[in-house]
Amino acid sequence: MLEIKNIDVFYGDVQVLWNLSFHVEEGEIVALIGANGAGKSTTLRAISGLLRPRTGGVYLNGQALHTQEPFRLIELGIAHVPEARRLFVEMSVEENLDMGSLRGEARTRREETRKLVFELFPRLKERRRQAAGTLSGGEQQMLAIGRGLMGLPKVVMFDEPSLGLAPILVRDIFEIIKRIRAEGKTVLIVEQNVRQTLAVADRAYVIENGKIGMEGTGKALLADDHVKTAYLGV
Amino acid sequence: MKRTAPYLVLAALVLLPLMQYSPVLRLGSDWMHVIIMAIMWTVTGMAWNLLGGYCGQVSFGHAAFFGMGSYCAALMTFHFQASPWWGFLVSIPATAAIAMIMGFLVLRLRGPYFVLATLAIGEVMRITFENLVDLTNGTKGITIVRDWVDKTPYYCIILGLAVGTYLLIKRMIGSKWGYYFVAVREDQDAAESLGIDTTRYKTIALVVSAILTGLAGAFYTVYMGYIDPQVVFSLGDISILIIMVVMVGGVATFWGPAVGAVIMIALSEYIRTIPYLGTAYQTFFGILLIVIIIYLPNGLVGDYRKLAKLFTRKTPGAA
Ligand SMILES: Nc1ncnc2c1ncn2[C@@H]1O[C@H](COP(=O)(O)OP(=O)(O)O)[C@@H](O)[C@H]1O
Ligand SMILES: [Mg+2]
Repeated sequence: MLEIKNIDVFYGDVQVLWNLSFHVEEGEIVALIGANGAGKSTTLRAISGLLRPRTGGVYLNGQALHTQEPFRLIELGIAHVPEARRLFVEMSVEENLDMGSLRGEARTRREETRKLVFELFPRLKERRRQAAGTLSGGEQQMLAIGRGLMGLPKVVMFDEPSLGLAPILVRDIFEIIKRIRAEGKTVLIVEQNVRQTLAVADRAYVIENGKIGMEGTGKALLADDHVKTAYLGV
Repeated sequence: MKRTAPYLVLAALVLLPLMQYSPVLRLGSDWMHVIIMAIMWTVTGMAWNLLGGYCGQVSFGHAAFFGMGSYCAALMTFHFQASPWWGFLVSIPATAAIAMIMGFLVLRLRGPYFVLATLAIGEVMRITFENLVDLTNGTKGITIVRDWVDKTPYYCIILGLAVGTYLLIKRMIGSKWGYYFVAVREDQDAAESLGIDTTRYKTIALVVSAILTGLAGAFYTVYMGYIDPQVVFSLGDISILIIMVVMVGGVATFWGPAVGAVIMIALSEYIRTIPYLGTAYQTFFGILLIVIIIYLPNGLVGDYRKLAKLFTRKTPGAA
């Protein structure tokens, strides 16, 4: 469904991703894991058009994404829930959700989708008029996810959704991700919280220094010796 | 109170010229001049605020638009012996064109690069107008014959422009565009990922801001009767003064530019009368700006609660 083919990505003259390829099939949860600075966020930014691969391409059901303007990707079905949430802190919860559904069908079905998001996150409903900047870390993450869902995406990309959350909230977030998949979405998740991520992922790729190092099912990688020593500290 | 305030202000402003003829508290024409200037700076402040305050694109080059508008009016007379008032009409496509070129060149830049690019463009415009002597009469400037000695008609025109600007910006900010502008200001990448064509909305804010600033410039020409590139493309007295007006009054507030303009113009008129000060009065503005940034970062309008507290602190039970 989502196919990343041989992309090279640069920041200015510095190459960060090297001939990177992987794919995500419909209805899967796929994880990208790797150390800090390996290039995970960069990969997501290249998929969502915020960075352009210098060579290679990104395709959704065969359609090229890397030649599109980034603001069109949400309508094509890509939602990016970015690292550190990136909410509009001065806007209310509800306004942030509205910002997630500006175009096309998402716009016409806004009320309906918002109801679904509030079912998923009742806390957000209670705080719908509150400024996003005054929410707790967990609530902000919920809002960032909710805002992503408002665009009616086919693929939802999460960049470190568990970052900075208390362990109990981290568990909730992974539950939510499973539920989002159950709603028929495809999920691509980037995490440093390797153990829990591999436990929910169907498949995963290990990124090392901007290249794909390994791939396998979540279970297989959890059992792998290299993954154990390098990422699980066992 | 909140809802009636704009009407009260407007009523007061409409009645103000009558004070020129009142037997008590007679308003002299020098006072009318200060008031006209304050309203003109309110217009430019509101225009700057649309781009800098709401959309987050800080421009140090608004003199480019102000000067372009000024010259549109002056050149109508200088080259075509037409009424300078045509300059208002001509300035709209002229400043819009400059803004679009500028947008194409610099809106892709972010943060300090954008700021520096706008500063450079303002200066490029000044130097160009100084040197295209055949077109602009160079540093000698252009003098036109003013239509009225009485200040009242100028007052009415600039007030009309200010009210129009206020209504237009209020309308834009109240619409979905307002949300898009703020989204661009708060997080451009997030805005783009959510489907906002950020380049397009930044360009819209820039073009509207430029047109309004250009109209103020055209007004400046017909009102003052003389312009030269150093005056209307001035970095310090136009580009930076506009920013000061907004910072002192309050960034991204509706009334900030008006409050800032009144204070800045009143202060500069007063300070300029201090003997032997010369251009050192600008030092004073520098100090004022530092104080505002430290103590009232949201300006007088944005931080009025803080100010109110300052004055009522001694009677904590009163509030
Ligand atoms: N905006 C940027 N400009 C230049 N280099 C960057 C930028 N963002 C990230 N990098 C570099 O790219 C590499 C990959 O970063 P990133 O994709 O954020 O890693 P990860 O998300 O896996 O921690 C790092 O070496 C980082 O320093
Ligand atoms: Mg990262």
